[in-house]
Amino acid sequence: MRQRPAAVAPSARRTGRDSWVVAAASGPIQTGMDPDAEPSSELTAGQAADLLATLAERADRQAFARLFAHFAPRVKSYLRRLGAGDTLAEELAQEVMLTVWRRAHLFDRRQAGASTWIFTIARNRRIDAIRREKRPELDPQDPALVPEADDPADKQVEAGQKQEMLRRAVTTLPEEQAALLRMSYFEDKSHSAIAEELGLPLGTVKSRLRLALSRLRSMLEDVD
Amino acid sequence: MVQHLPPEELLLDYATGTLAEPLSLLVATHVTLSPESRRQVREFESIGGALLESVEPAEMAPGALDAALAEIDAAPDAGGDEAAGPAERPRAADASGPSGTAASVPTPLRTYVQRNFDALPWRERGSNVAEFDLLPDYPGYKTRLLRIRAGAKVPQHTHAGGEYTLVLEGSFTDETGRFARGDVAVADADVTHQPVAGSEGDCICLAVTDAPLKMTGPLGRILNYFVDM
Repeated sequence: MRQRPAAVAPSARRTGRDSWVVAAASGPIQTGMDPDAEPSSELTAGQAADLLATLAERADRQAFARLFAHFAPRVKSYLRRLGAGDTLAEELAQEVMLTVWRRAHLFDRRQAGASTWIFTIARNRRIDAIRREKRPELDPQDPALVPEADDPADKQVEAGQKQEMLRRAVTTLPEEQAALLRMSYFEDKSHSAIAEELGLPLGTVKSRLRLALSRLRSMLEDVD
Repeated sequence: MVQHLPPEELLLDYATGTLAEPLSLLVATHVTLSPESRRQVREFESIGGALLESVEPAEMAPGALDAALAEIDAAPDAGGDEAAGPAERPRAADASGPSGTAASVPTPLRTYVQRNFDALPWRERGSNVAEFDLLPDYPGYKTRLLRIRAGAKVPQHTHAGGEYTLVLEGSFTDETGRFARGDVAVADADVTHQPVAGSEGDCICLAVTDAPLKMTGPLGRILNYFVDM
């Protein structure tokens, strides 16, 4: 599924900014990433988190270019699956990436992987722009927030690593379970709508989903 | 400690973004009070992140990155994107009343209620129960705050659809147990129950009923009220 590299570099080449785009893709990296990494738009979870941390510190266009090359085409694809036409998906993906730039300081790598954080931004933008609803969202600074009792720091550092594991784990799910997950996350369908579309009893849909989730969860728990 | 958690599938639908606004409001408020559900939602969101990674990328238009950078240059410090970010801070003026102060009303709910519970124009429904409608125009759902007088028994009632009740203050007890701050009670359609508020103080809940579409007519609206009132 991930053979095709994201396609920003060729388009950027036409624009006269190629010098720094190329540098961003292959040049010296100051953010602790593996210097031998393949010069491509593909990012590991750790690289993406490092780039977000860089963006949080300073307005770094190279870091942004790399994040853009990796995530903008994925966010666009996500939005298209959720029913946005090409133009709207493009526009919203742009907005999501601008939000990434502006809110990078709010990214907490101990809480979430980079792709999870960007997924939540894309999800909320979609609800706002396509469904035209507000998205009630947790406020991490809420005085009413009940803190987690047991929150060992060493466990939280794993977010990026977990993200990487999950990415692989999702590909090992039986296709019928993976398909249900994709429908849940990418098609805005209730479980009964999914059941109807697949011609399956609602109970089967729910139990397959539960199976997929508990399988992923047990893989995550192995990391803890 | 929160004992009664909502069903996993409600949290999943919140994480995927499928849930309708009234139930999202309930879940966002609940996860503020329940670290366990919060962790669960985070986990579901990280599955979303993993799926986003594995999606087939859709090529952006030529010059997309430059357009984004140009926009950044045009408004380098444009602040938060409200749609994506947490809701507004509680205002200091809200931190006064004894019931529903800034420190006790979770932010997601506060943005809908916007004042202390005591200052709300509650609609009395009988001597023991008052209610305040939120999102009154949202189709297919009935969203309201309920205030049950301390120690009072709520008249027996049924629901048109499923009903999710999140306790914000005080507590209530029904056949299925005791529900306190942060707990979510789930009642399916046709379940008849008779909650009794705890004696420690008025019980304030956020209740969301997802009435099936066929119930949104005049009959549905009647059924959504407590039938005994």
